[in-house]
Parts: sequence; structure tokens; C-alpha cells
Amino acid sequence: MAEYKLTTPLTDADITPLKAGDVVFLTGTIYSARDAAHKKLVELLDKGEDLPFDLQGAAIYYVGPSPAPPGRPIGAAGPTTSYRMDSYAPRLHRLGLKATIGKGKRNDETQKALQDHTAVYFGATGGAGALLSNSIKASEVIAFEELGPEAIRKMTVEDFPLLVINDSHGQELYAVPDRKAAGIE
Amino acid sequence: MRIIHTNDIVDAVARMCVKANTELPDDVRNKLSQAMEEETSPSAREVLRQLLENADLAAETKLPLCQDTGLAVFFVEVGDEARVEGGNLRDAINEGARKGYQEGYLRKSACDPFTRANTGDGTPAIIHFDFVPGDKLRIVFMAKGGGSENMSRVTMLAPAQGWEGIKKYVIERVAEAGPNPCPPTVLGIGIGGTFDHAAKIAKKSLMRRLDDTHPDPEIAAKEKELEEAVNRLGIGPMGLGGKTTVLSVKMTVEPCHLASLPLAVNVQCHSQRHEEVVL
Repeated sequence: MAEYKLTTPLTDADITPLKAGDVVFLTGTIYSARDAAHKKLVELLDKGEDLPFDLQGAAIYYVGPSPAPPGRPIGAAGPTTSYRMDSYAPRLHRLGLKATIGKGKRNDETQKALQDHTAVYFGATGGAGALLSNSIKASEVIAFEELGPEAIRKMTVEDFPLLVINDSHGQELYAVPDRKAAGIE
Repeated sequence: MRIIHTNDIVDAVARMCVKANTELPDDVRNKLSQAMEEETSPSAREVLRQLLENADLAAETKLPLCQDTGLAVFFVEVGDEARVEGGNLRDAINEGARKGYQEGYLRKSACDPFTRANTGDGTPAIIHFDFVPGDKLRIVFMAKGGGSENMSRVTMLAPAQGWEGIKKYVIERVAEAGPNPCPPTVLGIGIGGTFDHAAKIAKKSLMRRLDDTHPDPEIAAKEKELEEAVNRLGIGPMGLGGKTTVLSVKMTVEPCHLASLPLAVNVQCHSQRHEEVVL
């Protein structure tokens, strides 16, 4: 398991060496988007309009932060479950998205998109919202403000701690449930 | 007849919403620490270490433990000799939730199922009422996150499937959910009643302390049996492998129809945020 420090925007040269299980500390700009924001992004694409941020080399964090208390850039900001974004992810990867950050399993189409477009799926620790917010130094809503917690935010991160779950070579980190040991096979 | 004013209910509920979302209960912290000691895999230990560090940080900064501060779920026990004055009890609980979620900088996660438009204030809360002897009002609050709730299921087994069928279903559910619900999870299992009641008692089971033992030794043994079987799946903290897939299994068993064997599995994430107040 190697450790990498990466800075956005991400390139093929950044992504190719990453293997499932590697630790990455990410610095730079990442964008929050989750269910409702993804639906809107895809509607913009369908209409042939520009997206509110440049997808080239971008990283999207599946997060709906809690409100920022006074004196902090953001509230708690841990990952949400990623499979709900699987219906959108391959299309965004095709257009240049290099990384997504979330928790939980991705479907086969998304995993294939990572291989086809040299991209990666990072896991962050689910539920560690207070801890992860420490790595977020700035945050501003840049689109879909009406979505509240689901609005798109541009966030500046420093050494955001991530784990490579699905790499661009078809490998996945998650444990395979041992149904036999549990007595159901 | 004892009089309880709605103002006291609003304040108590607001405080509970903030506390449950920012302070990890002792029983949960102890289980996570114990799990960390028992884990041998470095990634499992690291996840549990982060969760404990997260809890320390949340208590210190008053940030929520998790950004998903949940739907506000309440189980309310109203004593027959208690009377609420100053307004309606349901309204008072909703007002308390609204206040707590606003003042505590908690995320408002309630929305219209079709338009997805946010209700803006975290309400309506999900409230279950029960009537009990005595002159007290007991309110138990749980912040129920969506990621784990989505992994929950209700099913109607055939009576012939019995305990073996129940075990198989629960284990398979946890296997399918894998890393999604933020393991190590807590499982609330409801067996019996009707389709709807099974789900309710499954959720009510999650209101128990993690370190308690079911008063019925046979059910306590079944809880243990399920906990051990599920942990043999090896999904581990955050799905990265390990011994701790569930922190605890809590079960409620009630009579059902001759033809039925209702079963509900309510999955709760590792922080099992809950609080209670007795007025």
C-alpha cells in the first residue's frame, strides 16, 4: 500500500499509478455534488449547456455538509453513499471527471468507466464528518443554491485523507462477504 | 394528574437533538473502543481510530458527528396520569426538533419524495406514541441517517421458514448492504406483528443501549447468535474487512398472525445516535 500526495486538477499520470488500497492525501479544489445536483448536471448536459464547473481533471465529493457554524468554513462533511450516483458517473467520467469521493460500492458500469477513462473512486471514512471537515479550508456555493445541503460547492482541501477503493485497473478494495463462514451458503 | 408544559417539551427535545448529533453516547464509544482492540487488520483499526477521533473532535467543536444528522425519529411514552398543557404534544415535539436542528447547525434532510424540495427545517419528525402507566413523559430521540436506512428491509416470511429463515434473511441483508450503511452497524430486528408493526418494533429495538442484554434469555441468545454469524461475514469497518461488521443486534419479538412471519431489519450506522429524556 503506497501513499501519495496529489493536487487537483488530476491527470492520467496522477491516476495510473494508484492501486486499490493506496492512501491519497488530496490538495486543491473539489466540488460537492450528490443526488439532486447530479440530476441537474445531467439535465444541463442534455440541453447542451455548460456545467457550473470544469470537469477536466476534476474531483467530485459526494457530500451534503451540515451548515457552517460561525467561524468555520463548513459544518460536518463526511461522504454519502455513492451507489446512488452510479447512474450519472460514467457519463461524467467520459467528459473528463477524474475522481469521485464517497463511501460504499460502485456498480459495474461505473467501475468500467474508471478503466475506460483512467479515473479513480476514493473512499473517505463514513460518519467521520467532524474529522474530515478539518481538511476543508474554504467552501462556497457555486450552483443550485436552492438545493440547500445538496447545492454544488467549490471546496478547497488540504491533505484530504482518502483511500483508493476502485482503481483504473479494475481492482476493488472492499472485502467480499464470506457467506459460507456466516452459514448461509 | 401531573401537568407538563409544552415549553419544557420543546426545550428538552431541542437539547436532545443537538446532544445526540454532537456527542457519541458512552455505550457506543465503549463498543467502538472494544472493537478496535479486537481488530487485527490495520485498516479496520484505522477506521475505528478515526471514528473515535471524530467523536472527540465533535464533542470539542460542537460540530455534528456526521453531516447526515438524519430524520428526527421519536418514540414517546405518555403516562396515563400525565397531561400536556400549552398545546399539542406532536406540535411541541416538532417545534423542539425544528429549534434543535436550526440552533445546532444540524443538516435539514427532510424533503418531498417527488419534487425533492427540502422542507427547510428538518421536520416533520417521525413520531411514535405509546401510552404507559404513570405520570411521566419519556421521549427517546434517534437521528436516523439515510445511508443506513436505505439498507433496511421488511419481508413476510412463511411460518415454516422459522428461525433458520430469519437468520438467513438477516445475514444476507447485511452481506448485500456491504460497505454502504457505514459498518460496523447496529441491527434492529423486528419479528412478529404485522407488516407495518414489524418495522416499527425493529426501529424501536435500536433505542436500546448497546451494552444491555435482552431480559428474555432465549431472545438474548438469539441476538448473540445473529451477531456472531453476521460478524463472520468479515465485511468489517467501512467494508474494508475485519471482525466487526455489527456492533450489536437488538431484537423485539411480538405475536403475529397464524399465517405470517413478519420480519424487519432496520440498519443503523456505527454512531447509533440516540438520547432520551424523562419529564
